[in-house]
Amino acid sequence: MQTGNLLLLLVVLIGLAYYLGHRRAVAMARPLGGIRHLHSLPFYYAMRSALWCAMPALVVLGCWLAFDDSIIREVVLNGMPVDLRPADEAGRSLMLSRIGNVASGALSADTVGPEVAAAAERLTSLRTTSAMALTVVVVVLAMMGGAWAWLKVSPTLRARQQVERVLQFLFMLCATLAILTTVGILFSVLFESIRFFGKIPFSEFLFGLQWSPQTALRADQVAAHGAFGAIPLFVGTLLISAIALIVAVPVGLMSAIYLAEYAHPKVRSFAKPALEVLAGVPTVVYGFFAALTVAPFIRNIGEAVGLGVSSESALAAGLVMGVMIIPFVSSLSDDVITAVPQAMRDGSLGLGATRSETIKKVIFPAALPGIMGGILLAASRAIGETMIVVMAAGLAANLTVNPLEAVTTITVQIVTLLTGDQEFDSAKTLAAFALGLMLFLTTLAMNVLALHIVRKYREQYD
Amino acid sequence: MDTAEKLDKNASGRNHAEEPLIDLEEQPMQETRYPEHTVGTPFVDAPKMRFRDVNVSYGDTQAIHNISLDIGKNEVISLIGPSGCGKSTFLRCLNRMNDTIDICRVSGELFLEDQDLYDSKMDVVELRARVGMVFQKPNPFPKSIYDNVAYGPRLHGLANKKFELDEIVETSLRKAGLWEEVKDRLHAPGTGLSGGQQQRLCIARTIAVSPEVVLMDEPCSALDPIATAKIEELIDELTESYTIAIVTHSMQQAARVSNRTAYFHLGRLIEVNDTETVFTKPEHELTEAYITGRFG
Repeated sequence: MQTGNLLLLLVVLIGLAYYLGHRRAVAMARPLGGIRHLHSLPFYYAMRSALWCAMPALVVLGCWLAFDDSIIREVVLNGMPVDLRPADEAGRSLMLSRIGNVASGALSADTVGPEVAAAAERLTSLRTTSAMALTVVVVVLAMMGGAWAWLKVSPTLRARQQVERVLQFLFMLCATLAILTTVGILFSVLFESIRFFGKIPFSEFLFGLQWSPQTALRADQVAAHGAFGAIPLFVGTLLISAIALIVAVPVGLMSAIYLAEYAHPKVRSFAKPALEVLAGVPTVVYGFFAALTVAPFIRNIGEAVGLGVSSESALAAGLVMGVMIIPFVSSLSDDVITAVPQAMRDGSLGLGATRSETIKKVIFPAALPGIMGGILLAASRAIGETMIVVMAAGLAANLTVNPLEAVTTITVQIVTLLTGDQEFDSAKTLAAFALGLMLFLTTLAMNVLALHIVRKYREQYD
Repeated sequence: MDTAEKLDKNASGRNHAEEPLIDLEEQPMQETRYPEHTVGTPFVDAPKMRFRDVNVSYGDTQAIHNISLDIGKNEVISLIGPSGCGKSTFLRCLNRMNDTIDICRVSGELFLEDQDLYDSKMDVVELRARVGMVFQKPNPFPKSIYDNVAYGPRLHGLANKKFELDEIVETSLRKAGLWEEVKDRLHAPGTGLSGGQQQRLCIARTIAVSPEVVLMDEPCSALDPIATAKIEELIDELTESYTIAIVTHSMQQAARVSNRTAYFHLGRLIEVNDTETVFTKPEHELTEAYITGRFG
């Protein structure tokens, strides 16, 4: 049976176990005078049955699926005549893929030797057997688990505690999974970066002023000397992020103050979601808005006043990115400003402060940690943003702080390095991972900083 | 006999007698039970604040009906009455704190000496500097003790030099009886003080702008008895330089701190008299019912 069908069958069995467990609990409660004489609610007995039905079967299913293919392959390879068995890893995987192709019918059995054809047959038969065995084992386990739990249902069974414990474990498992994924990503990037730094010295990457990621195919190739100095990329990233923040922080903050302090509730209930829509616009839409509307507009204005503006400029990308991150600043700031207790406002107004004095001297300092959090979140977003800069900022790695020139960012370079055909032993490709690592570390540092600021400067008002 | 003692006696006597409580639901209050005019002595000579026919409403609900009252210079007047009787609302009209509530409408004559509070020319900033307010829950700003007290003087430009400001801060803290406790940690956050200290800090903050009138909205309701006693002592001292209007739920407190007492009932001002009179021989039956603990 195929895995999908097996899972469906398992779901049916679990449902059945739940239903039967529930019925048995209720039936047992009846002679006692109602479900309040049970130790736990019938729901917990039912849950317990379902869990007993599901968990052993699912664990076995998962392990089986994880390991059976590699075991079968090993068995097939070892079953081949000794002289045909490839010695090295590459040969083994080549042989395995040939056998696999023959077995699936992609490769005709006539074109390969009889030993390979025999191995292919073995592979097919082993797979069939394995699938059948899996079905039987899983179904039997599910039924046994369910039946056992069903038999154990009794008015004194502490089902509630057991179910609670299993659920607690389940929640913990999910949390761990999320953390492990992050760690996994970090390590995969880290290992490739280490390979990169084996080819290009760390100092050259970190302090080099030239970025032209090429590697020579032949030694006599002209202009093939790659340069992997990341400074132009960092400068480009910072420039665009700075422009974005210069746009987003004042606009976002002031709109937050307006929404929280001045706006009529009706206006607020309409304007706040409207502002948040900005965050929902796909970045690619922002990208072509920047490239096709804002960039030419800036160039035309520049020409009108006699400035040379390139058609792809840091300014265009930064401005549009700034608009994109306004909601991060405004929405979070609005929340923290609204959370400042009315007693603070009353206290200040009662001393004869005007509304704006109250905002400036009491509300703003009280809300500052939250506002900083919002700004740093927006900054992380700006640094990591890709689509807008790919479309509007250009690819030229100019080392400049002139916002009217084309610059490029870390994310843009990662995209260009990793699109198309790759060879994973060249510095050109591996550079993407080193850049990714830098980006990861930067945003991580910013988040840690944000957390620190929030903790340190939190003015507790209660 | 001391009024507070008398009051205690009243309250305990009531407990033992176990008389049936007046059930407001079953015996609807008849209009005639409200006095046509406030009984007692609502008016004084040369008042600090003067109110005539004040009406306040929130949207369609009228919270205060035709209140006329004078507040004398350097007196402590306590406003008492059951919850929701409008005493806080009335107090918040006196320095226009109700302005922050959109649907609040105030009409009638409200004067601070000869200035109309609700006149369009009235500067609410100046008004609040002259009529300060202390709130129910201590609400120090999340700033240092020093900055809390210096907040008002800085706003109104009361000090040109640093030492002048230092002086104002010290004087205010001394007047609020807090100086000895905080003089070594003026730059520690005001929110780190205990509840009673916080409330005295709020009083210091209020008197730092040298107001003429101080409004207190149940200033002790969030405090323990010891802190309460300190605040009451403080009110006694402050009355030398300020006019104080205090809303309180504690009748003992009203009896202890105030010269005159005003009894509010369902948005009406029933009786105003010397505190002694109100607590020993109240003129109106509603006042008597309230102070003897029959309702409220």
